[in-house]
Amino acid sequence: MEMVNRPYAAAFEAHAVANPDVLCLSADLTSSCEIDGFRDRHPEQFLSLGMAEQNMLSFAGGLGLAGYRPFLHSFGVFLYRRPYDQLMASIAYPRRKVRLMGFLPGVTTPGGMTHQAIEDLSVMRTIPNMTVLESGDATEVESIVAAADSVDGPVYCRVLRGSVPRLFDTPLEIGRMRVLSEGRDVLVVTAGITTEEAIRARGALDAAGVSVRHLHLNTLKPFDAAQIVDHASSVRHGVVTLENHLVTGGIGSMVAEALAEAGLGRRLIRLGLQDSYAHGGSRPYLMKYYGMDALTLVRAIERLTGEESGIDEDALGAVRLDAVHSAVKAEAL
Amino acid sequence: MRNSRSTEDIALGIRRRVFEHAMRNNGGYLSQACSAAEQLAFLYNEALNLGPSTMPMVPEPFGGVPSAENRDYRTGAGYNGPFDAVHDRLFIAPAHYALVAYACLIETGRMAAEGLEMFNRDGSSVEMIGAEHSPGMEVHNGTLGIGLSTGAGLAYGRKRRGETGEVCVFMSDGEVQEGQTWEAVQAAAHHRIDNLWALMDVNRQQCDGAMDSVMEVGDIATKFRDFGAVVAEVDAHDLDALREARTTPHEGRPLIVLAHSSPTQGMDFLMRRFPRLHYVRFKTAEERAEMNEAIAAELGIPPVELEAH
Ligand SMILES: Cc1ncc(C[n+]2csc(CCOP(=O)(O)OP(=O)(O)O)c2C)c(N)n1
Repeated sequence: MEMVNRPYAAAFEAHAVANPDVLCLSADLTSSCEIDGFRDRHPEQFLSLGMAEQNMLSFAGGLGLAGYRPFLHSFGVFLYRRPYDQLMASIAYPRRKVRLMGFLPGVTTPGGMTHQAIEDLSVMRTIPNMTVLESGDATEVESIVAAADSVDGPVYCRVLRGSVPRLFDTPLEIGRMRVLSEGRDVLVVTAGITTEEAIRARGALDAAGVSVRHLHLNTLKPFDAAQIVDHASSVRHGVVTLENHLVTGGIGSMVAEALAEAGLGRRLIRLGLQDSYAHGGSRPYLMKYYGMDALTLVRAIERLTGEESGIDEDALGAVRLDAVHSAVKAEAL
Repeated sequence: MRNSRSTEDIALGIRRRVFEHAMRNNGGYLSQACSAAEQLAFLYNEALNLGPSTMPMVPEPFGGVPSAENRDYRTGAGYNGPFDAVHDRLFIAPAHYALVAYACLIETGRMAAEGLEMFNRDGSSVEMIGAEHSPGMEVHNGTLGIGLSTGAGLAYGRKRRGETGEVCVFMSDGEVQEGQTWEAVQAAAHHRIDNLWALMDVNRQQCDGAMDSVMEVGDIATKFRDFGAVVAEVDAHDLDALREARTTPHEGRPLIVLAHSSPTQGMDFLMRRFPRLHYVRFKTAEERAEMNEAIAAELGIPPVELEAH
């Protein structure tokens, strides 16, 4: 698998340079959000707002009022938890073209509860006027910048950083989910880092004779419920959602709502954080501990099909480990 | 609890431990040890009235997050002594100083040295960003700027119950950029909360570098006074000055001690990294080896043995 180093950095720089109304805002996490090079090369398009997120959000609302399209950079969690009120009043209600670039989504940070955005999707998708995007590979990180900036209103993006695998060769298009396989037994719906897990599981399931239909979502709002229902109705045993997020309010909930509203009776297993906070640790450890990994997905599919697949940890291959000593900070913040 | 070791000794021990840890783990929060070693040593060894630790010397593994089902849940605050009416309570508001705080727990005999080996290991409670289940922590502070408010609430509650123990919040200067810090001082002054004091590590650094280049905060002593606090300003590396500042009368108001520190104190070699000091890492093996030699010499210890990688 090709690994791409800091795909966001180059993509953002190219886009911002071509769009003078794009401003780069930072809240004291400039290199952690891969915009340090941009700051150094384009200081006139960069605003340092310090560790003061509430002010940054309303300030961005003001920039929007002046016709600018600010890109706000921080860890995802700091873009909505504390400044939620500012997000509502200064950005979402008046539909400012503010682009919230949330790094280290879910359990991709070892920083524990205070750093892990585990309810960002449920919060964001209930906000009227909001668009919600999530990148799942390097190509989507590269294309999320222009996609987000094409939206006539505010956008929240889950962005992957550092060394990111390239899974797709076509850019992220808003509203367009990716159909990664068209099996007939179970439907698997993933987004972000869980897609890689599901791809690994699929390889083993194919070999075991289980036919998986796999959808990768990059647009969580607007949510294409009709397509989900279509795919769900074409599988025999039911649906599994796997998300780097709480199962309540996120993708699991969205799929459940879609099925219920369409009156489609299908079993649904929602994998992800189950009404629990997470804690600090490495990404592979946390994914396993909280049941977001390939093996958990295989076991859920077995529950739906009612048959044991015989797949174990070895069959799923070694979990991808980031090079610990690479310059891209696998473990730091 | 009186410690037989001098506070100077403990501060040196903190720097040595954090340095060794950062060397072995290819990076770490080194500059926070430089700026805050005396402050944490002073708090644990002299300034605070803490009872003996009620927790195991070797920290237990992560025991789950708080929930109705997790009946055995407990925070790491027991490392600071028992919760009773007479003893003080301490919050480490900038939770990324955890490594320095853990080193201090070891130096003051509250945690075994093995505790640091568990730092940032999967399944361990000794987390990189101190969590409330981590040794010496009582509340989650990784989202900066919330510590002083919690401290003010606890102090108010303790006073209301007639408890004599005080509340101390160790803070970082980056926290003054968050509006909540000012709301906390305002409320503490309004409610005359004077069993509360803060010791702030004013190292003038934050993630992006020197605070003045990121977001100027002006004269924070004057600002804190205007918000109703009593302020004492000292050299953070001068223990006598810290001792004196602690005795500043502050009846009816919170006390904030601004400890002006150097982010490279005791490890001058780090000046080569200025102003990128927030998290020190090494790009090459040579860089690591060179730093290992130079700082070990400054700290009066042999270089750390590094396994090849
Ligand atoms: C609310 C919030 N925003 C951002 C961060 C990310 N962050 C961690 S430490 C830090 C600033 C560090 O400055 P300071 O607290 O003075 O610590 P020092 O640089 O002295 O270690 C930031 C922005 C955070 N932890 N919490």
